[in-house]
Amino acid sequence: MSTKITDIPSTLQQSDLNQLKPEKSDIGLTRPDHSKNVFIDWLTTVDHKKIGLMYGTLALFFLLVGGVEALVIRTQLAVPENNLVSAQMYNQLFTMHGTTMIFLAIMPLNAAFFNFLVPLQIGARDVAFPRINAFSLWSFVAGALVINFGWLLQALEAFGLFSASGPTAGMNDFVPAMGWFGYAPLTSKEFTGAGTDFWIMGLQILGVASISASFNFIVTIINMRAPGLKMMRLPVFTWMTLIVSLLIIFAFPAITIALAQLMFDRVFGTNFFSVAGGGQPILWQHLFWIFGHPEVYILVLPAMGIVSEVLPTFSKKPLFGYSIVVFSGAVIGFLGFAVWSHHMFTTGLGKIATAAFSLLTMAIAVPTGVKIFNWVGTLWGGRVRFQAPMIFALGFVWMFMMGGFSGIMHSSAPADAQQQDSYFVIAHFHYVAIGGILLAIISGIYYWLPKMIGKMWQGNLNLWVAVMTVVGLNITFFPMHFLGLLGMPRRYHTYLSGFGWETYNMVCTIGSYILGLGVALLVVDIILCFRSKKPAGNDPWDARTLEWATSSPPKVYNFAKTPIVNARDALWADKYGPESRKLGAMDEAHGIHMPSQSWMPLIASLGFIPLGLGLSLMQAGVPYAGYAAIFGLVTITFGISLWAIEGPGGYHLHPKEAVEEA
Amino acid sequence: MSQEASHDDGHHNLMVNNKKLIMWLFLGSDCMFFGTLISTHLIYRKLYPNEFEPTQLFSLELTSFSTFILLMSSFLMALSVSAMHKGQMKSFRRNVVGVIFFGLIFLGCQVYEFTHFAHEGLLVSTGTFGSTFYLMTGTHGVHVAIGIFWLISMLFYSQSGKMEAHKNAIDVEVAGLYWHFVDIVWIVIFTVVYLIEFIA
Repeated sequence: MSTKITDIPSTLQQSDLNQLKPEKSDIGLTRPDHSKNVFIDWLTTVDHKKIGLMYGTLALFFLLVGGVEALVIRTQLAVPENNLVSAQMYNQLFTMHGTTMIFLAIMPLNAAFFNFLVPLQIGARDVAFPRINAFSLWSFVAGALVINFGWLLQALEAFGLFSASGPTAGMNDFVPAMGWFGYAPLTSKEFTGAGTDFWIMGLQILGVASISASFNFIVTIINMRAPGLKMMRLPVFTWMTLIVSLLIIFAFPAITIALAQLMFDRVFGTNFFSVAGGGQPILWQHLFWIFGHPEVYILVLPAMGIVSEVLPTFSKKPLFGYSIVVFSGAVIGFLGFAVWSHHMFTTGLGKIATAAFSLLTMAIAVPTGVKIFNWVGTLWGGRVRFQAPMIFALGFVWMFMMGGFSGIMHSSAPADAQQQDSYFVIAHFHYVAIGGILLAIISGIYYWLPKMIGKMWQGNLNLWVAVMTVVGLNITFFPMHFLGLLGMPRRYHTYLSGFGWETYNMVCTIGSYILGLGVALLVVDIILCFRSKKPAGNDPWDARTLEWATSSPPKVYNFAKTPIVNARDALWADKYGPESRKLGAMDEAHGIHMPSQSWMPLIASLGFIPLGLGLSLMQAGVPYAGYAAIFGLVTITFGISLWAIEGPGGYHLHPKEAVEEA
Repeated sequence: MSQEASHDDGHHNLMVNNKKLIMWLFLGSDCMFFGTLISTHLIYRKLYPNEFEPTQLFSLELTSFSTFILLMSSFLMALSVSAMHKGQMKSFRRNVVGVIFFGLIFLGCQVYEFTHFAHEGLLVSTGTFGSTFYLMTGTHGVHVAIGIFWLISMLFYSQSGKMEAHKNAIDVEVAGLYWHFVDIVWIVIFTVVYLIEFIA
């Protein structure tokens, strides 16, 4: 990727090179702009495209980590009374599998698309607050490190390089092992050790990253749209980004406070969830799912956005019922806040509450169904091209519907009472998460990677990826419906033979390896695309939205001239529409103002690592760990203060294209 | 378009400055933070009405005083925003010093209250009341402290002579939004946590 950095000056006229000099900040700090050093350039970048690529790379890595964890779980369950991993290790694996996939794989993969695409789709130069964007990325990295830190300790201990002594002796659970929703009172000090603290602090830091990123995207989408790009002309993916960001800023506070309460219980002996002091463990369940259910839509709405972009492009038709698709997304997001208790039907909420939550849950099927019909309506009568992104998008519609059907079964409280905590639930949410979200994300990767790196896919590996993932996920998860109805509970370390579970489990395990191979092939295909010699060109798919109007990969300033939008599918109208709906261009005589790069977001975010680890280890009784936490807090304050003082900075660019046209 | 103007954030579709918009969004999100804390308190209060009798501990005089002080600090904050808009740096600094001073008085009252309560036997580990009370009011106190830190930094920055009305009025306004919000949250806490206990 280093070639991109040297790209910048070549897009300029020699006489404009002096314009590259960044402004000096009030305290005389020079900004790390145009660094020849690749590391400095990427570590201090505020470019939404680079940040998006880093999000994507890290998230793909964690997708593989979570995938390997899943494969170990499936291998353990392949045969009855297996002893591949210990029960404790098994608990750690399913906890970290869930946590990793949700917070470290899918959310950042979505964030990668948000980052890369939203400013391009709305014709902006960057997000509203480029440095906050960098801060979100590095906080995500800090949170990921803190949450996975236990694996390092556990590995060191296994190799005899480290042993817990003193107050931490005997607490060989450095890795979280209480399930990804961390139900009280299993998270209390009596039952779990440092792993729970890493989990609390890690999620807290990831929350900071998500919330700050969401503020940024909302402001960007509301305030930075190109002239003429009215809200009802926004691409659906940008719409879904806006809705998801709103969900994040209103849903995450619930878990932030719940985690703070849990931390206080563990560190300072409060009684929020401790039964002995009068605390009610069910409060955790409510607070968690008030966050947790909107989180489901935080994961899936971007996938719906991706599919709403891909289907029209490859059907050569506008999206059927654009406004109702957007409105349905908003309704899903809104109702998402009102159904959390359907995760808790068996806790005894009372008939009225159960009926109300059951009804509202069924109501969510309506806007979801509306979307599905609109996608089918988009295909209807279209000139469908079965290229890679389209294949996965079609897979999404089909597989997501399967997950939706079992979801409607859960919404009925009496049925749910039978399915609760069984493999039926696992089957349901994996159809949604893999059949739905992951297929849509793969579709997005096949659709937008040529735009991101400027190189075109080659070969037919994508077909193998499609076959392996779709077949693999069905072989893995379809039998789980039967397993669940046969009574196999989730999260059991192993099982006895004779319940009729053996064949199904073996089939599931074989399927999971096929699915794993499919994801591995995807990674191979992505690497091949990076090494491809075939240039992508601006618009390889004959697409409709604004990001395809600029070069691939887009220049650092995105658009040489800010586009003026006169239609909903702006580029489509520009290519095939009447004169009155074509794209215009804004004259910017004074050049393009670019924000300066900065070290401060990185420094402030890195402070989260000692803060998180320090607080976790302090609870475990490690001496001096409190000082590490204070050091972290000071680093964050220092970083943010210098950040404020240095100011946004900036320099001017005069792209050759714009100058030549003028 | 002047060189200065071209450095602006660009056009704003909503006619609201980006900084102001992000602060409003943060405040919306912050409502959920405090909403969760206050609900937790009220839920446990309803669940265990006889666990703890706060009316014997609360000093309505002291808390009314600190509430009044915080309200007045909001008044001074409004004055400093107005002064900044008019470019009256001296008046701005004077009012900000007032806000900081009043904020510190409020924090002082809270520290006194906490130590007094702890002395009387209400600890964070005292049932659920101690837990919810201290985490909720403590989170509010941290908000006030962050606000004070923010205003002190602004005061120092204004001393450097680089603060200008056309450039920095928006920053002061955003700090003002935050300060007023923290004040409003306290009015809610004062009502539903303190005053309600004295009814009936």
